[in-house]
Amino acid sequence: MTSITHTTSVPKRSLFDHIENLLPKIVLAPTLVAGLVFVYGFILWTAVLSFTKSRLLPKYEFVGLYQYLKLFTNDRWWVASKNLLIFGSLFVVICILLGLLLAILLDQRIRIEGAIRTIYLYPMALSFIVTGTAWKWILNPSLGFERLIRQLGFENFSFDWLVNSDMSIYTVVIAGVWQSSGFVMALFLAGLRGIDDTIIKAAQVDGASLPRIYWRIIIPSLRPVFFSAVIILSHIAIKSFDLVMVLTRGGPGYSSDLPATFMYAFAFTRSRLAFGAASAMVMFGAVMAVIIPYLYSELRVKRNE
Amino acid sequence: MVSLSIRNIRKAFGTTEVLKGISIDVAPGEFLVLVGPSGCGKSTLLNLIAGLEKITSGEIFIGDHLVNQVSPKDRDIAMVFQSYALYPNMKVRKNISFGLETRKIPKSEIEKTVQKVANMLQIEDLLDRKPAQLSGGQRQRVAMGRALARSPSVFLFDEPLSNLDAKLRVEMRTEIKLLHQRIATTIVYVTHDQIEAMTLADRIAIMKDGIVQQLDTPRNVYENPVNLFVAGFIGSHSMNVVPVRVVKSGQSNCLLIKTGEKTFTIPVDKNPSLLNKWIDRELILGFRPEQISDGFPNQAENNQIHTLESKVEVIEPTGPDTLVFIRINDKKVACRVHPNAARHPGETMKLMLDLSSAIFFDSDTEEQIS
Amino acid sequence: MNDPMVHTAPKTAGVFAGRLFIYGLLILMVFYFLLPFIVMVLTSLKTMADIRTGNLISWPREFTLDAWKTAWGSACIAVECNGIKVYFWNSVKIVVPAVTISTLIGAANGYVFSKWKFWGSEVLFSLLLLGCFIPFQAILLPMAQTLGKLGLSQSLAGLILVHIIYGLAFTTLFFRNYYVTIPDELVKAARIDGAGFFRIFWKILLPVSTPIFVVCVIWQMTQIWNDFLFGVVFSAGGNQPITVALNNLVNTSTGTKAYNVDMAAAIIAATPTLLVYIVAGKYFVRGLTAGSVKG
Repeated sequence: MTSITHTTSVPKRSLFDHIENLLPKIVLAPTLVAGLVFVYGFILWTAVLSFTKSRLLPKYEFVGLYQYLKLFTNDRWWVASKNLLIFGSLFVVICILLGLLLAILLDQRIRIEGAIRTIYLYPMALSFIVTGTAWKWILNPSLGFERLIRQLGFENFSFDWLVNSDMSIYTVVIAGVWQSSGFVMALFLAGLRGIDDTIIKAAQVDGASLPRIYWRIIIPSLRPVFFSAVIILSHIAIKSFDLVMVLTRGGPGYSSDLPATFMYAFAFTRSRLAFGAASAMVMFGAVMAVIIPYLYSELRVKRNE
Repeated sequence: MVSLSIRNIRKAFGTTEVLKGISIDVAPGEFLVLVGPSGCGKSTLLNLIAGLEKITSGEIFIGDHLVNQVSPKDRDIAMVFQSYALYPNMKVRKNISFGLETRKIPKSEIEKTVQKVANMLQIEDLLDRKPAQLSGGQRQRVAMGRALARSPSVFLFDEPLSNLDAKLRVEMRTEIKLLHQRIATTIVYVTHDQIEAMTLADRIAIMKDGIVQQLDTPRNVYENPVNLFVAGFIGSHSMNVVPVRVVKSGQSNCLLIKTGEKTFTIPVDKNPSLLNKWIDRELILGFRPEQISDGFPNQAENNQIHTLESKVEVIEPTGPDTLVFIRINDKKVACRVHPNAARHPGETMKLMLDLSSAIFFDSDTEEQIS
Repeated sequence: MNDPMVHTAPKTAGVFAGRLFIYGLLILMVFYFLLPFIVMVLTSLKTMADIRTGNLISWPREFTLDAWKTAWGSACIAVECNGIKVYFWNSVKIVVPAVTISTLIGAANGYVFSKWKFWGSEVLFSLLLLGCFIPFQAILLPMAQTLGKLGLSQSLAGLILVHIIYGLAFTTLFFRNYYVTIPDELVKAARIDGAGFFRIFWKILLPVSTPIFVVCVIWQMTQIWNDFLFGVVFSAGGNQPITVALNNLVNTSTGTKAYNVDMAAAIIAATPTLLVYIVAGKYFVRGLTAGSVKG
């Protein structure tokens, strides 16, 4: 036997080995404790608050579902919920249609695809506050878009959505779509690039036309992308806060309120803590209703792989 | 040289038991190959020997030491992985010396060892390269070098050649064998490739469903498989297995063999009492393709050779000989014949069946009848 | 997937018209996405008089950086008239420690969750993952109480702490998903070579982690820089981050509106994240798709 270097073995289980075995758990501990307290504990705490009648400060006198009953009879809450429905559905649908269209167009061997993609996607790097600031100015009822069109010769053109309580929620849609559709385009483009080439070749050999191939083969195979896009966009929509705050502050009046701004207004500026907590819990429930099935299906797919 | 003893090892992941009581004794300096289809538990067993996973029950001894509780670094083993597992950020030199450095071996000695190993594996000019700059074969060498450098008492190989192309695999196989002859360290080698197992091993453990089916020398597992699974798994064209009926004809036990329209009644002389219990029943006859051919060198003195005639269905020339496929008792049977003797498909061909080393299996238990 | 049709089809007039249509539409959309930014830049370079007579896309009659100077150094936000520079630096002071700490902890967590799985670790990971999705409204009130108890309310330190805590789920996810792509055999080999928990992390995994560090840092930086909710709830007065300051500037109801100053301030607030996007767009997009679920 050619001996090289001899490492003598010490087959004993030392204290050091014991500590070594615990290290992974020790490393995780702070995060897990933080998660337990600051996520799960705090949600529970918020739930507890929502059953009290706390106003400026937490007071743990329980009043059962009082706050929730108040909430569901509050006109402003219904406006906020209705706005979320309008904003959410328009935002999701327009972003997906626009994103898909852009992705399909970009997938046609475009010469300067990289540059175009970069431009479509840059709004995602901006804060909603910046986006909101820009659109607030563009939609400015006297000096903005309206002025531009009037100066082009349409003297009677009028565009006052920002200050029109029937239309103000739609300005949030405009700005939201501008910010997020590039991102949806990126999702779809990645999906398109992931489709097996040979399926399309097979369809071509079968004599299918290009639009038909897209409609019957490519778009249906993007189903998982549609699914994640809907989830991600609804998630953004439910949590939307910044955009409304800067664009309309929920106004005029509370005509463009969303649940997130509603919660902020009651919990922090109007000192109705428990009432705000109740609205937060309803939002939490809504988000979980969207996310848990999504996570479940994601994890299940991974397990099947 | 150190022995390795595995005693009644069980391993369960949750409720699924992947190893169901494995006992193997490996002699000092022995080359043991664990072979089996994927999912048979062979890699798990190797991980348990290495200490990378915890044993559910049972004992592992390396030399005289019970190592159940010993961490991998203290087991005095080295391992070569299928993916080579070279540290991508380190140069080859560092890859080889990493294990020595963690063991605080003096620099000068490390230097010498690296040189020696590099020399042995002819990788001296690769020492200053990163793994990404190496070919598959070179990576394989470096991975072996890393294991060799520590001069462990047991080497563990986990499918080390599976990622190489066919030609390189054969080359590296020879090199591993040479290496073992040179350093004579105990080796446990996992593979799913039975040719690798046959060519390398002193003994082969064939595993299936977490159980060792047979543990024996390559020759014995080839010639004398204990059950249908081993018979089918070992051999590069697997053993022909044909259901046959045993009948009594005069003094001897005979097998009814039907090819096409003709039925041959072939006497079995080997150990006459063996088949007494099976008269008028069906069992499974096993024979290797080379035991049914156009002729045998010693056919004059072998009275166990019987002639049959059959229609050829398909032929597969392999070069040195040609595989002719016929049908016996409605089962496809491969015959290894001289290329000149092979007939075309559809033609009838005369073949000789040598029953002297044929094996019989119980058709229910699939175990060899002995 | 590329379109082989265009490649193989003969170049007929119909194909040419189709290409023209596609390019036309794409360029139109380029304008749609760029226009708001162009408007911002043009407006920020105009005088207020110019703004009142011109329109959104009219060329400035004279270029002036006055609005930028005002926005940076002397615009009035709430009662202070020192511009947004203080708030800009506040954001820097929040982003640097919060990103560093949350990334480092996330790397260690991801390492454990991928390479040192133990009984129950997958469940713990799933529970942590859920933390990426909760609407923060559900934790704002207890957090405000807790920060108050800790004496950190309305301080930069408090805001940093909040960003670290609620960033951890994401940074852990990033690193865990990256480390699972690194073969387990590498860790096994290192264990047999005698390396322990930290040595394996330090010598084997960290040296190959640069890409995910870039993705994670960019993601966290963008998230924290652009945050508004935590900023508006947990900070006040001179401790506010730039997004809150910008919002206050834009929505102030006192004095005459200086749209050019608003735009200059908005561009200043956008500059750091835009720069990161331009310099490291590839990593930004990778983080976006991996972390998109956070919204």
